[in-house]
Amino acid sequence: MNRYIPLTQEDQKYMLEKIGVKSIDDLFSDIPENIRFNRKLDINQSYSEMEVRKIMKKLSDRNDNLDDYASFLGAGSYDHYIPSVVRHIASRSEFYTSYTPYQPEVSQGTLQYIFEFQSMMGELTGMDVINASMYDGATATAEAAIMAIRVNNRSKVAVSSTIHPETLKVLETYCHFREIELIRIPETDGKTDLEGLKLIDSDTSAVIIQNPNFYGIVENVAQIEKATHDNKSLLIMSVDPISLGIIKSPGEYGADIVVGEGQSLGIPQNFGGPYLGFIGATEKLMRKMPGRICGLTNDVDGKQGFVLTLQAREQHIRREKATSNICSNQSLCALMAVVYLSVMGREGITDVAKQCISKANYAMEKLLETQKFKRIYSGPIFKEFVLETTLDADKIEKALFDEKIIGPLDLSRFNKNKKNQLLFTVTEKRTKEEIDKMIDIIKGVQ
Amino acid sequence: MKNYDKLIIDLSKKGRKAYALPDNDVDSKPLDDYLPKELQRVTEPYLPEVYEVDVIRHYTNLSNKNYGVDTGFYPLGSCTMKYNPKINEDMASLDGFTKLHPYQNENTVQGSLALLYDLGQKLSEITGMDGFSLQPAAGAQGELTGLMIIKKYHEDRNDTKRRKIIVPDSSHGTNPATVTAVGYDIIEIKSDKNGGVDMEALKAVLNDETAGLMLTNPSTLGLFERNIAEISRLVHEAGGLVYYDGANLNAIMGIARPGDMGFDIVHLNLHKTFTTPHGGGGPGAGPVGVRADLVDYLPYPTVEKKEDSYYLDHNRPKSIGRIMGFYGQFGVLVRAYTYILTMGAEGLKRVSEAAVLNANYLQSQLKEHFKLPIDSICKHEFVLSGTDGLSQYRTLDMAKRMLDYGIHPPTIYFPLIIDEAMMIEPTETETLETLDRFIEIMIKIKKEGEENPELLHNAPITTVVRRLDEVKAARKPVVKWSR
Repeated sequence: MNRYIPLTQEDQKYMLEKIGVKSIDDLFSDIPENIRFNRKLDINQSYSEMEVRKIMKKLSDRNDNLDDYASFLGAGSYDHYIPSVVRHIASRSEFYTSYTPYQPEVSQGTLQYIFEFQSMMGELTGMDVINASMYDGATATAEAAIMAIRVNNRSKVAVSSTIHPETLKVLETYCHFREIELIRIPETDGKTDLEGLKLIDSDTSAVIIQNPNFYGIVENVAQIEKATHDNKSLLIMSVDPISLGIIKSPGEYGADIVVGEGQSLGIPQNFGGPYLGFIGATEKLMRKMPGRICGLTNDVDGKQGFVLTLQAREQHIRREKATSNICSNQSLCALMAVVYLSVMGREGITDVAKQCISKANYAMEKLLETQKFKRIYSGPIFKEFVLETTLDADKIEKALFDEKIIGPLDLSRFNKNKKNQLLFTVTEKRTKEEIDKMIDIIKGVQ
Repeated sequence: MKNYDKLIIDLSKKGRKAYALPDNDVDSKPLDDYLPKELQRVTEPYLPEVYEVDVIRHYTNLSNKNYGVDTGFYPLGSCTMKYNPKINEDMASLDGFTKLHPYQNENTVQGSLALLYDLGQKLSEITGMDGFSLQPAAGAQGELTGLMIIKKYHEDRNDTKRRKIIVPDSSHGTNPATVTAVGYDIIEIKSDKNGGVDMEALKAVLNDETAGLMLTNPSTLGLFERNIAEISRLVHEAGGLVYYDGANLNAIMGIARPGDMGFDIVHLNLHKTFTTPHGGGGPGAGPVGVRADLVDYLPYPTVEKKEDSYYLDHNRPKSIGRIMGFYGQFGVLVRAYTYILTMGAEGLKRVSEAAVLNANYLQSQLKEHFKLPIDSICKHEFVLSGTDGLSQYRTLDMAKRMLDYGIHPPTIYFPLIIDEAMMIEPTETETLETLDRFIEIMIKIKKEGEENPELLHNAPITTVVRRLDEVKAARKPVVKWSR
């Protein structure tokens, strides 16, 4: 007897009789003999809850978790503070055990928080419409490229080399199979090469940039926007929503499509997922968007309510003509983001962003003072920055780890030419004490 | 609190706060010193200013407007809305799993890598495949990954003439949408009168342009495809690959395996079969398994084992590439792994037996009262027509009336090949008493419809909102709050 399966021997006998068969095996008589699986699965025995807990605890204890370390590692996954409220709301099983809100009368909870998510993200990004969310920031970027092609029927997409290298990889995969040509705009001085924008032409559907970019630098978006729109291409901006507390929003820059990774907004780092991709656009492009969108309406009595809308774009209606094959959203992660943004509010999101920018700048200045680092890219930074070091990167990592600090990202992980270049991340969670300690330890590295 | 109708922004009052940050303890300069004015935002975002109790009450009230598996019976066909065990949630929220950066040194995440490796092994055994990628974020992305593998396989053999994917007309909408996403063309073939693949129709479309075939088995009609081995043989003979949409694995665990049916690629939906919650629409997970000679095509990085330690292999020259920013929906994978530990080999087989018994029991009792277009043993689900041509109400009306009885209705109007379809999947986690109650309500609603169709047209009447105006929502979409 299994605790999730209530079927008793008596039930089984009664049900088989009602069905008119003799045994459970008879219910599988439609499976041809030659493809039956006639042995026991070689996986594991069934474990009691106590045993499961032990096995899982032992596995999780083999990981060094960030509760015990101060982390200066970011690059797309960030250690921001998550208020207790977030987990409590996201743990309500009325939310997490529900399905996609296709029966709106009994899904108003889900639909309303999606509407609020769309609203808050619309406010932050300055866009008219944000959808109910995508798998992650990287896939949202790829979907944006495909969306742009659908909008203007051009054949190529240009992408700045300063976007996250793994987002670029995902974009390459999606574009290769979709048969979209991808043009790489080179980088110079850690920023999108403005001269390189000459690569875009009348076949270029869109230009994709990230701001702040992968190296933490705030890009010269105004000039990129002008070059893009002069060419009648669409501007796709990937942004970190936390930065929008202080940094000029895609809407203010005149971006056509906005995408990004929303993990910063109250979602645990989770070894890389589940995270929260988002995509938004101007009103003009709304009907070309992928994924779910929630809209406001009223019921037959005139009472306000929410439904999934513009579904004629989606796979369950349009099949091969759908704007995307996506059939889900990261709903529960969107709930975490919406609760996070409710807690932080207008002021909190600015306060967090201000602490990030000031602590990151403090750390950068102090590191430069050690004389063991130099800045190789110029320009204003937000919460991340790259420094080149004369020290051995592995030694830095090890020395820090021994003192309970997760060090910066070694950029040679992605680019062999970027040896000894380290990407530091400093969020509002890092204290002066932790930053100073990190620097002291690095000073001692030979 | 059924009538609670506020947006969080409606609660906003200038000066309220729900957060507290420590003071900034570094020497801080004015913002302009860090960021030139022209790079700063000008418009303030219109976000709520509320205190913590507002947040908690607001979202608690919203949760009360939702129906979940924890609320009651959810026989939503093709979605496998089974119980989501609580231990899964607890294990997925262990600090040792949640507080990990994906780029931490591999030596510091051996527990996670071991879990991923072992989960891949277990799923391979359950499906009879030779290797798995756990990265795909959802079933639809699993399909995308699978078709990318098919395309890359043909590309590597310079067989670029193959650009057509065959899909039965009973297929889920993601199948054809995914075909488009990889730049292929779709050929839809009709089902035969028993709901299976029409073998003659299949033979007629197979040729040297066939890239592959996508098949859901058991089908969306809840039927096991009896000719399945022959289907995969024919497609292979024509030079194509066969893709198994494993959305309905809940019917056959420990009883039959896609690998043994000759399939090359399979995806699973961990949020269906392996009890990870649907989360109001996601996150799910759609791992993809392949036969031995396609393992090199899987997305990178893969998790590999060397002696007693585990590592991520990024060096995979034949791989289709990277499909997610990091390694997929790790937290979801932890839940599925926990479930497999709980169930074990025998437990998983019992799941499928009980799921199929429950579905057949419902079918046998309901077919006395409703039209059952295909009358045979079903697997985990079955499809009936809610109404016939003479009824004064439609299947939609039945579904809405069911809400008044506190039950989530079945999937309706899918698959498209059945008129007024009602697709019913009870799952294994429901009692005989719940099933009997459902039968009773179905019959009662039918009777209500015959005697007083208006009652059904007006349903639901007990829910927090009644039928919503979808036309209005789409005509002039309001998709965010106004200032």
